[in-house]
Parts: sequence; C-alpha cells; structure tokens
Amino acid sequence: MPAVLNLVLSATMTVDLPATAVTESVRPQVPARRRAWLQGLRNWAAGWLLAWVVPLLLLGLWALSSHHEWIALQVLPSPLQVWTTLVDLGRSGELWDNLQISAVRVLYGFGIGASVGLALGVGLGLSRSFNAYVFPLFKAISQVPVIGWLPLLMLLVGIDEALKFLLIAKAALVPVAVNTCQGIQGVANAHVEVAKVFRFTRWQLLSKVVFPAATAQIWNGLRYGFTHAWLALVVVELLASSEGIGFMIVYGRQLFQLDIVLAAVVVVGVLGYLIDKLLGAAESHLLRWRKPGL
Amino acid sequence: MFHLNLKSLRGFVLPAASLLLWWLAVELKWSTSPILVSPVAVWNRAVAQVVSGDLWTALSASLWRDAQGFVIGTLAGLLFGSLLGTSRWFEKLLGPSFHTLKQISLFAWIPLLSVWFGLGDSAKIAFIAMAAFFPVVLNTFEGFRSVPRELIEVARVFAFSPLQLWRRVVLPAAAPSIFTGIHLSLIYTWLATLGAEYLLVSGKGIGNTLIDGREHFWMDLVLFGVLVIGAVGYALNHALSLIEKRLLAWRQKTIAQY
Repeated sequence: MPAVLNLVLSATMTVDLPATAVTESVRPQVPARRRAWLQGLRNWAAGWLLAWVVPLLLLGLWALSSHHEWIALQVLPSPLQVWTTLVDLGRSGELWDNLQISAVRVLYGFGIGASVGLALGVGLGLSRSFNAYVFPLFKAISQVPVIGWLPLLMLLVGIDEALKFLLIAKAALVPVAVNTCQGIQGVANAHVEVAKVFRFTRWQLLSKVVFPAATAQIWNGLRYGFTHAWLALVVVELLASSEGIGFMIVYGRQLFQLDIVLAAVVVVGVLGYLIDKLLGAAESHLLRWRKPGL
Repeated sequence: MFHLNLKSLRGFVLPAASLLLWWLAVELKWSTSPILVSPVAVWNRAVAQVVSGDLWTALSASLWRDAQGFVIGTLAGLLFGSLLGTSRWFEKLLGPSFHTLKQISLFAWIPLLSVWFGLGDSAKIAFIAMAAFFPVVLNTFEGFRSVPRELIEVARVFAFSPLQLWRRVVLPAAAPSIFTGIHLSLIYTWLATLGAEYLLVSGKGIGNTLIDGREHFWMDLVLFGVLVIGAVGYALNHALSLIEKRLLAWRQKTIAQY
C-alpha cells in the first residue's frame, strides 16, 4: 500500500511541477559545477606552474653561470655534475648504505627518546608531586640545546653509536615530554567534571577522557620530536661520525668535492620533505575522528 | 617568620641529590677516570675563567656574532614573511620554493657556507642569519594569513584608509604570531651560534671553549661551558618573554575591559 502511495505521490509531484522550473533549476547546475571544477583545476595548474618559475629560473642561472664559469666550478659545480654524482652515488650503493645507517640511528634514537619522553610527560602531567620534584631539573637540562651537550657526551661515552642514540634521543625527548605534559594538563576541567559525575574509574577517566583530549598535542610533540631528531642526526654526523648521510656532506667538503656535498644536501632536503608529508598524512588519519565534532 | 614552605623546595631535591652523588663519587674515588672531576674543580675553573677574562672574551664574541646574525636574519625574514603573507602572487611564486628549502636540515648548510663564505666570521653570521630567517618567515606569514576576515570587513565598513587598516587592524592581529617567530629565531640563533663555532672552528667563542676543553680532556672546562650555554639560553629566553609581555600588554587589557 505505502509503495503505491509513494508512486502516486511522486507521479503527481512530477506532473505538478512546471516544466520550466525543472529545466531552470536542474540544467544550469551541471555546467556551473563543471565550470567551478575547471576553474579549480586551472587555479591549481596555474599555482603549480608559478611555483616552478623561480626554481627553474635559478636552475637556469646556475647552469648558465657554471657554463660560463662565472663562479669557479670548484666552488659551485654545475647542476648536471651534481645530478650525475647523485646517480653515481645511488648506483654504487654508497648512498643507500649511508642512508640505512642514518635511518637506523634516527629510528633508534627517536624510539628511545619518544618513549621516555611520553612516560615522563604523562608523569609530569598527571602527578602534581612528581612534577614538583622533577620538572625543575628537566627544565634545566632542556635549557641546554643538544649541541651544547655534544662535547660533554663525547667525553663521557666516546664517539660510538651510543653518542648518536643519546643525542638524538635527547632531541626527541624534550618536545615529546613538554607537549604530552601540556596536553594532559590542558584537558578541559568541564570534561573531567562530567567524568566525575558519571563516576568514571581512574582508568576510565584516563582512557576515555584525558588521553583522547590530549592526543592532538601529544602527536604534535611527536612530530616536533621527529623533526628535532632528524636535525640532531645531521649535526652529530657532521661532527662525530665516519658514516651516514651527514658524514657524506663533511667528507665531500673535506675533499673539496662540492658535487657530493650538494647531492647529499638535496637528499637530506628531499627526505625531510617526505617525512614531513608522511607525518602530516598520518596526523590527519589519526585525528580524523575529531572532524565530525568540529 | 622563618616558616619555610617545604613544598616549594621539592624542585631542589633531585639536583641536590645528584650533586651530592657526584661529589661522593669523586671523594670516594669510585672511578679513577680523568673524566671524573669534582664539582670543586668546576667551580675553580669557573672562577679562573671569569678572573682571567677568558670567559668574557669568548662570550662576547659569541653574543656579538649571535646578535649580528639574528638582526640580519630577522629583518630579512620579516620582509620576506610579510610579502609572502600579504601578496598572493608572491606566495604563489616563492611559497613552494621556500617550503621546500626549509626542509633541508639547517646544519647541512654549514659545509656549503664554509666554501662560499670562507671559514671566518662571515660564514658563521650567514649561517646564524639563516637559522633566524626560517622561523620568522613562517610565523610572520602565518600571522598575516590568520588576520580574521571579519576584522578586515569591519575596517572596510568604517572606510579605513590602507594605512589605518594596517596600523589598526592587520599589524595588531598579526603581532603575536610575529613575536612567536622572533622568539623562536632567538632560540635557534643561539643554537646556530654554537653549531657554527663547532663546525667552523676558527676564532673565539663559547663553542670554541667547549671544543678546546674536549680536545684536552678538560672535563671541568666542558662542564663549565655547558652551564654557561644553558644560562645564556635561559637569559635570552627570559628577556624576550619580558619584552613580549610588555609589547603585547594591550591584549590583556582589551580582554579585561569587557
């Protein structure tokens, strides 16, 4: 019965609607949408093209200057030379070996630093007395940048892998701990009060209220931590290492082979870019549950 | 009258305990490594450094370098960031290049800069300026971009002249973010000063003091250097926070009025 009624209703409605209204309300919509889409595409393409103007100009200038040797090739090798060096390094496996070493260092260091930083941050955020005892010392230690600790640690642990892990871990630890602590302390009081009204247990309060509310900032801390770890990796490899991507830069500099230096710098830049994009994508995936609420 | 709040002393427990442990380790000779120096030795070294004027020479050289790089980098960053934030064309042309360049780990530039600028002070200052440039540009850009559209619309309704729009609306709205950028750049330049002194070893500076101490296995000098670095970083940070609070004091006022 209702199906029939529906059918009748819809039939009458279509009939009732004036034909002109239908054409007017439906027809312009499609081209308009297509036009908007085209416009968006055009804007995007224009932006994309514009973005390449300056780099290409600079590249052209660079190629021209090395072609005419305005600047000595030793000081600024030609782009082609840098590219062939990069390909050579890649083909001979030298690049991959060094990258692998650096990746292991940064992952271990970051792993240690982030886990300790998370634990420390949770402690600092949740317990008032732990905070009172530990925070001043933590703050004093974090006041000295990684690069300040380097000579001290070189004396204490030598220049082995331990030094790299320690420094990278320290670089990651501070932002992770600070952001975790702030994220937990910044949970809105109202939320905690509601949880108390519902008589949440401590565990429920933490897992259902505090941590979800703090996730965004904790993730932010992890992201900063990774950026800092990557920065620390390059520093420590520049100063105290005989392998790794940072060492390639020093090595090229010592041999005065700037093509190696530039190739390694390009690799460092591309990797930094990719890591940033990856973390950004992971962030929007991780925090996608927040969107409906906003 | 002498009622001391014991709770406020809790922060000193751990540092005092580690200091005591350190002192005990030296006194009871737990290790005979030359690296283990007593807190007293560090103190003596500190006094010697201050009295002989070595500390002052190194520190003033470092701070002067830091200041030069900071000023150059911050001014360039403010200019570039404002252009990026206020002109769509400029952003389209240079924004992507900038965002790609900033991904290159800062210290990776040092070997290149040392070839291009030599090993003297100019390479160090160029590097320090770079360290200041990136955070200032990013935050200035963000500051200008995040000026609420409503505010600009209100200004239009009141028929503000462009100058008024800038002075009364855009700059005040962007100021906090710009300050964050300058603050970050101050922290980064101090870090970069040390890095430049480590990697471009020539001349004087607190970083060179540390390197010296490490090469000669003078643990007391290294520890003293670390303390100085921490203290300077803290002082710079604190001073800028005070200035920031003062310059942005109007923000609290406007909120308090309502």
